[in-house]
Amino acid sequence: MSFRKASVLPGFGLTFGFTTFFLSAIVLLPLAALVLAAASMHWSDFVHVVFSPRALGSYRLSFGASLLAASINLVFGFIIAWTLVRYEFPGRKVIDALIDMPFALPTAVSGIALATVFAQNGWIGRYLELFGIKVAYTWLGVVLALTLISMPFAVRAVQPALLEVQRELEEAAETLGAGRFYVFRRIILPTVLPAVLTGFTLSFARAVGEYGSVIFIAGNLPMKTEITPLLIVIHLEEFDYQGAAALGLVMLTISFAMLLAINLLQTWGRRRPVRAAH
Amino acid sequence: MATALPRSAVGADAVRPGQHTWMDAIVRWAFITTSLAFLAAVLLAPLATVFVMAFAKGVKPYLATLADPDTLAAIRLTLITALVVVPINTVFGLSAAWAIAKFEFRGKSVLITLIDLPLAVSPVISGMVFLLLFGLHGWFGVWLQEHDLSIVFALPGIMLATMFVTFPYVARELIPLMQQLGNDEEEAAITLGAGGWMTFFRVTLPKVRWGLVYGMVLCNARAMGEFGAVSVVSGHIRGLTNTMPLQIEILYNEYNFVGAFAVASLLTLLALLTLIVKTLVERTGYRRR
Repeated sequence: MSFRKASVLPGFGLTFGFTTFFLSAIVLLPLAALVLAAASMHWSDFVHVVFSPRALGSYRLSFGASLLAASINLVFGFIIAWTLVRYEFPGRKVIDALIDMPFALPTAVSGIALATVFAQNGWIGRYLELFGIKVAYTWLGVVLALTLISMPFAVRAVQPALLEVQRELEEAAETLGAGRFYVFRRIILPTVLPAVLTGFTLSFARAVGEYGSVIFIAGNLPMKTEITPLLIVIHLEEFDYQGAAALGLVMLTISFAMLLAINLLQTWGRRRPVRAAH
Repeated sequence: MATALPRSAVGADAVRPGQHTWMDAIVRWAFITTSLAFLAAVLLAPLATVFVMAFAKGVKPYLATLADPDTLAAIRLTLITALVVVPINTVFGLSAAWAIAKFEFRGKSVLITLIDLPLAVSPVISGMVFLLLFGLHGWFGVWLQEHDLSIVFALPGIMLATMFVTFPYVARELIPLMQQLGNDEEEAAITLGAGGWMTFFRVTLPKVRWGLVYGMVLCNARAMGEFGAVSVVSGHIRGLTNTMPLQIEILYNEYNFVGAFAVASLLTLLALLTLIVKTLVERTGYRRR
């Protein structure tokens, strides 16, 4: 048995068999159906669906808004993580627990709540209206919804890395005359950079596929405020399963690329401290 | 660099760098204010809105809208789905964690990546794959129709889509936890003559119970709240295949805001409860990764 190392513990056959069977039945077989449905299309039909102006418009919004949301979370996620790790203030623990709210909150709830708060007569929307900024039913609304649902990924990725920054190093640097930004650039940033980038990628990956919260706050106008997942749903509602599968394959490929990027970033992050020690 | 000068003039205790200077106070204030303002606008305001809108017309309309037969049917459907999906995914999670954490075998990291796969897939795709398999034009569509079975646009499809989406949650809580706790106690139990099941129930399960609780609670929250995947396979038949999140969409699109936010308030309470359980579990000393 070169497949696995010997162990006194029983149950490998049962649990490994059940795990791979169940994984194949629930996840892999259905995903294979998607790939095959897209692959069974004629090449020209595939290109026609995947590069139609409406599809291109939806990619632009889905990827553009996701990039913007991930960038917003890159900045605010770091600020929030820093605040939670470095400062004591009343309510810190409650805020820390609430960061995970977008994980636990159903996307439909986030969607209708954001649409209400940022509508023209909403709590925040009415003040933005004074400056002529419309959020609900525009692309800004898409960015806002994606920012909310991907925010925990950015904060939770950076938090543990910030805890690992050695305060002694910072203090040593400061006593040696280093300024605030110098310490940040040369000590804090190198330590947390892999985590920050992982958080960015995780946020982006989550945002690209998001559907529930966006459709309530976006106007869902073709070419303008229509995200790619919504376009897939529209294809499905017209019983154009192949067209939907083609767009699905595009999104799936990008998800795989994201997963790969996340794994590489995490490996890089684990290796870095070791290399620095040499 | 200039900041180093005045500090050297003060006593040893006050020189502790990074603290007690006016600049630090400003930075600290700016960070806390920015964080709180951002969270207030993006997170707290929407949360508060849910309850304000739900009770906009008082308690009676709130309760009346929850007692609506279609809404009750949606609540029942959501509960049934979670009752089926969470135990199945729990058994899977335990099995996957046992195989992955207790044994060394080739292709282990591939297996872990595949288990995480549903997290990276858009919910719309998670629902669509079951249409492609079991829909009328799907692989098994004709066979299912001949045998008068329906999966898509019915309860089994909703359960399958939910199972797909919540598939990794229990497993990914348990795998790192079991790996971290090691095999020593299990090996001792086996060597002393305990059977496999006995070792599992008397040694492993008590060791990982808090991680298991947290994984199940998270799995449950996602199962009850899933929108995109379920929306694709449900067919939106009122009173029959509408889960709570889908009922929210219907009520909201009918401008029945009290109704939509009343259902939303129940799911928000569930989310708050999930976070409370998470906090309590972390207080027992169990830390995620």
